[in-house]
Formats: sequence, C-alpha cells, structure tokens
Amino acid sequence: MNKTSLDNLTRGIIRENPIFVMLLGMCPTLGVTTSAINGLGMGLATMFVLMLSNIAISSVKKIIPDIIRIPAFIVIIASFVTMLEMIMQAYLPALYSALGIYIPLIVVNCIILGRAEAFASKNSIFQSLLDAIGMGIGFTLALTLLGSLREILGNGSIFGFSFMGDIANPILLFIMPPGAFLALASIIIVVNKLRGVK
Amino acid sequence: MAYLMIFITAIFVNNIILSQFLGICPFLGVSKKISTAVGMGIAVMFVMTLATIVTFLIYYTFLQPYNLKFMTTVTFILVIASLVQMVEIIIKKSSPALYQSLGIFLPLITTNCAVLGIAILTIQKNYTLLAGICYTLASAMGFTLAIVIFAGIRERLDRTEVPQALKGTPIVLITAALLSMAFMGFAGISY
Repeated sequence: MNKTSLDNLTRGIIRENPIFVMLLGMCPTLGVTTSAINGLGMGLATMFVLMLSNIAISSVKKIIPDIIRIPAFIVIIASFVTMLEMIMQAYLPALYSALGIYIPLIVVNCIILGRAEAFASKNSIFQSLLDAIGMGIGFTLALTLLGSLREILGNGSIFGFSFMGDIANPILLFIMPPGAFLALASIIIVVNKLRGVK
Repeated sequence: MAYLMIFITAIFVNNIILSQFLGICPFLGVSKKISTAVGMGIAVMFVMTLATIVTFLIYYTFLQPYNLKFMTTVTFILVIASLVQMVEIIIKKSSPALYQSLGIFLPLITTNCAVLGIAILTIQKNYTLLAGICYTLASAMGFTLAIVIFAGIRERLDRTEVPQALKGTPIVLITAALLSMAFMGFAGISY
C-alpha cells in the first residue's frame, strides 16, 4: 500500500478524528452513548452508511451536475440509511429500538455529507473507501470510548458486565443527559493535552 | 389541557437540545452572541413548523395509505431540503430586510437534525395535526430558549479567565452540562 492510501486510511482514526478533533456529528455522539454497546452499534451503523455512500458518490461524481450535487448526495445517503433501517429492523431489533430516532438521523449526520463533499466527490473509488473506513473507525472508537466511560461511571458496568458489586455506588448522573456533555468535555481535555493544543 | 401538557413537556422537561440532543451543531456553533442566537431560534421555529405540517400531510395522504412507510426518511429529508430552499427564495424576493437577518441561517437548517428529528417524532408519537403543530412549536421554543440562555452565558464567559486546559470546546461543553443539569430540575413535571 503506498503512502497516500495509508494516509487516507489513518487520517480519520486519530489525527482528524471526526468527534474529538473536528467536532462533527455531535447529536448521535451525545444522544446514544449511554452504554458502550450502544456507542459501538451506532458507530458501526454510521460506518456502514459512510462506506456505501462514499463508494456510490465517488463512482457517480462525474455524472452529477455541480449545481445540484448537495441534494443528489442527500438522496444517495438517505437511500443507504433506509437500507440500514430495514436490515437492523430485521436482524437487530433490540439495538434498533435502543438507538431509536438516531438511526434515521444518520442522514443528517454532518460527517457523512462532509466526507462526501470534501473527499468522495473529488477522489477515486478506492481512496474514498479507505477514507470512509478510516473516518468510520475513528467515529466508532470515539463513540465506544465515550459510551464505555459513561457506562463505567454511571452504571458500574462495561458492555453489560457489572463489576462494581457493592463496593461503591455508580454516579447515575453520567448516564443522564448532563453526563454526556461532561464525559465528552473530559475526553476532549485529555485529547487536546495529548495533541499538544494550546 | 392535553395541549398545555405537550407544550410544557416539550419546552422544559424533554428540552430538544438539553435532554434529547437534537440540533447540537447550531447550539454549539451559533451561540456566541445573543442576537445571532435569537435569529437562529426564530429561523428554526419557522422552518420546523412548516416542515412538520408538510411532512405530516405527505405521510398521511401518500406514505401511509399506499404502504410506503419505508420511504419516510428519504421523503422527509427531500421535502425539508426543498422547503428550506423555497423559503429562502420567497423571503429573498418578498422581504429583503427579513432575509438580511434570517438568510444566513437558512442553509444551516437543512442539515439540522432537529428539523428532521421532530418531523419523524411527530409521526412516531401518533399526534393529530393540531397536537403535532403544538409539539413542534413548543420544541422550537425550547430550542430558542436553550440557545439564547447559552449565548448569554457564553458572552459572560468570554470576559472571564478560563483555565488553560479548558479553553475552547471543553468549557463550552461543561457549561452545557450545567445548563442541562438545571433543566433536569423540571423532570418532576411530567404526565
């Protein structure tokens, strides 16, 4: 694999992580991460749509007139989201109902339209797929991390396995709405420190 | 009475931003000044109400009778996107003054998940048209309320010494957490 491809693949994972660095797609990030498994599920669902839409958009980029490209992208993305909804309803009904309204809202996730506009509409199919995989992994990692943090602090468990027992009471606040903001703020402080942002 | 409950619940108890996390992007992005926050709030209220009415009618006249419910997401986002474009053109022609103040917010609203979110929730909650409008208006008011309060806090925040590590996004998120905690106090009022 040459350098550009590797770069496109790894860019989204840490250096340009869509959540911690670019702050895109905040609604599902804060809304569904009450547990690690929800975060992971939402991350994978978004990655699925992102991969398909990047492939589709970069393969039809020459046919779409420039002036109507945004509505065209939205229709392509919405069709894949509809597919995802049907697949999840059929095979993962529990996760589907846990994620609720945020599944159809993948359509308006800024990350997907953002990558379509900034990357897939200018690059080859293969590179767009790599970009989607990288960004998808970055998004999934961020969501799983946030979900795990909130689940550990707020429920004393991780991926549903309780480990706290009677030793201490969990901080319920962290699985409630304010906890979402607090947990994300703490992770961003650490990430900024590691990246050396002043 | 039922309508009043819908109103109060949507504005305070289930505030669209602080407890349902819809429309976080404009909430964090366009809340640096009170005046822009008010503009954004009014634009959202206008578009959201219009979008709910149109999507509601489309859902119950076409999608449901012809068994096309699976097309909901595609149809709704298309309707909302074209609606926003149309509103933009109409306002531009009919009232340039209003366009000056609201115009810049309109393109942002298409990708605002609150508009699509509320349109879908109105259908999911099986509201009648009147209750749906009531719910949408109240949600939009909740949005405006939250974003204006938040902008007020951020204006003050600009003039204070924030610890180095918290500068930028972290302090904004922590402020949002505190505001969200304050709104949790309304949780008792529910039916």
